[in-house]
Amino acid sequence: MVNAGKQLMVGLGVLLLSSVLAISCYAMDYPDEVEIDVLANLYEAVVFDHAMHVDLTEGCADCHHHTTGTPVLNEYCAKCHDGKEEMDWVSCQDCHSAGPVSAENLNNPKTDFIYHNDKPNLKAAYHLNCIGCHQEVGGPTGCEDCHAKTEAGDEFYRSGEFTPKKSADSSGH
Amino acid sequence: MGKITRRKFLAGSAAGGAALMLTPAQKALAAGSFEGFPEGMGVLVDLTRCVGCRTCEAACNVEQKLPEPALPFDDTSVFDEIKHGQKRRTTDKAYTIVNRYEPEGADPIYRKIQCNHCNEPACLTSCFVNAYKKTPEGAVIYNEKVCVGCRNCMIACPFHIPAYTYHSVLNPVIKKCIFCYDTRLKEGRPPACVESCPQQVMTFGKRNDLMKIAHDRIKKNPGKYVNHVYGEKEVGGTGWFYLSNVPFEEAGFDTDLPNKPIIDNVKDFLAIVPMVLTIWPALFTGFHLLATKGKSHGHGDDHSHDEQEGHGK
Repeated sequence: MVNAGKQLMVGLGVLLLSSVLAISCYAMDYPDEVEIDVLANLYEAVVFDHAMHVDLTEGCADCHHHTTGTPVLNEYCAKCHDGKEEMDWVSCQDCHSAGPVSAENLNNPKTDFIYHNDKPNLKAAYHLNCIGCHQEVGGPTGCEDCHAKTEAGDEFYRSGEFTPKKSADSSGH
Repeated sequence: MGKITRRKFLAGSAAGGAALMLTPAQKALAAGSFEGFPEGMGVLVDLTRCVGCRTCEAACNVEQKLPEPALPFDDTSVFDEIKHGQKRRTTDKAYTIVNRYEPEGADPIYRKIQCNHCNEPACLTSCFVNAYKKTPEGAVIYNEKVCVGCRNCMIACPFHIPAYTYHSVLNPVIKKCIFCYDTRLKEGRPPACVESCPQQVMTFGKRNDLMKIAHDRIKKNPGKYVNHVYGEKEVGGTGWFYLSNVPFEEAGFDTDLPNKPIIDNVKDFLAIVPMVLTIWPALFTGFHLLATKGKSHGHGDDHSHDEQEGHGK
């Protein structure tokens, strides 16, 4: 009885350990595709091939900072985030707010703000992360390489059917 | 005895005059150290983030209801435009523009140009009809109805920002970025260009807070930035200031600007002008009366001159 109980315990322990190890690597249930549409206005939503980027990048931390339980590269962040702890929130919009980031955060005494007082807004977080890496590895960097312009976008940028007609009155000095 | 009294009088008046001259000059120097309104807003522009998409130009055009541009805002051929040997500048139809620079041995860098909303604006001090105003919110605005179109501000501005409606025959006026004061800043909202930027090149906030963030970014990203915040000190400090990863002169900035406000060049002189106008007439009338004391003025001019010269010798 005692032996059987011990074996069961060990067995369970091993099972638990292995599952923890598995999760801490890639086992998190990540989506193969993410449709980024929360900010779509001037451009169509982006269908992001997450699976391909998982294959291409060295680790989750390349994009997800410390939240997926892998070590961070930035030594400033690493002072607190040793990368061992996996967070409940991993998607970009869990931390990066859509609205403009206020410099007032600088004076907010909460820990969240003392160290995260210069956090980019959601749109910037996407673009800085994507374009920043794409510039380094030679990925596409043009606006419409990732998302097609909407009609509202054409009107805003005076492109497409809203392209200015050549007028005699060329721009002044 | 008489002579000694006169000498004493002259020495005393000279010393008094010098003291008077110094007082307003010192006041003027003290006034030059104005460092902006404490609650004034500003924008931190991080050039390392800009990718030259020109979205800010489009947003400005919509917000300020500017006329249709010559080319679409997603047309990047404008970065190659050279007019009169210069890259693009702000115009009466575009209050903000982005230019591309190609520093040696580095990737191209894009620089957004607009009014920098100086703490002590040269345009304001050059304006003799008082059309300009630096608001407590930090914007340098102007009253178009007062503007007489003299273009002094265009010459005074160290950043070449104010533009002119040359095409207007009857009432040409100055046009420039006003920090979206009327439509946004007044209500505490960031200007349209800042809000539209997909890369958050610009961060809006109190100037004092942003300056801390700027220095923090330099500190927390060793090797990324040039250790200088352009606009922290230049021309007495500007409301909009820049971070860069290449030396600022390579991104088209004028790095020869003084750290003192432009008006400091003339402040001492201008402070003396009213004193000269009020004190000098009385002072020299006194000298004249003393010098001619006891001398008769009844004779002919020629005769009296001869007499005076004779006395002098």
